[in-house]
Amino acid sequence: MLLTAAFFWLFATVLTLSAVAVVTARNPVHSVLFLILAFVNAAGLFLLLGAEFLAMILVVVYVGAVAVLFLFVVMMLDVDFAELKKGMLATQPTLLVIGLAVAAVVVVELVMTMGGWLHLARPLVAGGVPISPDVSNTQALGMVLYTRYFYLFQGAGFVLLTAMVGAITLTLRHKPGVKRQSIDEQNARTRAGAVEVVKVRSRAGV
Amino acid sequence: MSGVSDFLVNIGLPHYLGLAAVLFTIGMVGIILNRKNIIVILMSVELILLSVNINFVAFSSYLGDLSGQVFSLFVLTVAAAEAAIGLAILVAYFRNRGTIAVEDINMMKG
Repeated sequence: MLLTAAFFWLFATVLTLSAVAVVTARNPVHSVLFLILAFVNAAGLFLLLGAEFLAMILVVVYVGAVAVLFLFVVMMLDVDFAELKKGMLATQPTLLVIGLAVAAVVVVELVMTMGGWLHLARPLVAGGVPISPDVSNTQALGMVLYTRYFYLFQGAGFVLLTAMVGAITLTLRHKPGVKRQSIDEQNARTRAGAVEVVKVRSRAGV
Repeated sequence: MSGVSDFLVNIGLPHYLGLAAVLFTIGMVGIILNRKNIIVILMSVELILLSVNINFVAFSSYLGDLSGQVFSLFVLTVAAAEAAIGLAILVAYFRNRGTIAVEDINMMKG
């Protein structure tokens, strides 16, 4: 119990601080690195909650793919960061005031909602899929994901397919000078269009 | 004093909900503070989705119901797709304009 609490406070503190650093860092590369730290700590929290599969997915997919994608884009685009910094809080204190006001309102609202949840008249009951203690988390997830939530799972696959096609279409560009293989042109080639028989007179050249 | 130590030691659902609320707020403030830098805005959106996931998993764990974790998996899917599309749009925009200043994005106005 004490160890769990210690790890919770460790993960929660590092998660919150790195989230603040993501938002306030001057250099976007530092922001991405703090985002990775935040995801790793969130994975630790998921482990504490018993969601081992999601924790591993968070590390593999988020730290391994999404955050690295962010890192690639930040480093690939030659952005003038000094220009972008003008919008930051150091030069525009009104932004900070607006941001903190919104933050205060949102926190108050969320805490009020949370209080309402915690003092429900009747206790919440698990409606859908009860967690059984003798099946591992990954196995239990797989057993409902491919049966009960099969159509949603397929839908998620379509979302990813659409995202892939969209990302490729948006960023692919054909340079005009590059020679590419065209199967249609190759198959449509005939002898008449490709070979020319020239009668060359002796000692005259072509 | 026992109340404070009880709060520190007995980790329950309110702790996770409070943490998620704080994370959500940080993400929102990040969108407001970094209005010009769309990369940091996308990262703030990722933070907000992460806080939503923490809520789902915390409720799933404390209610003993697996469907919260399943939904959290779908949220992760959509977040990954959103990041990929957003960054692709960003790269295409940067190629056309040479800058990523969000305030200049009004070309698509009809």
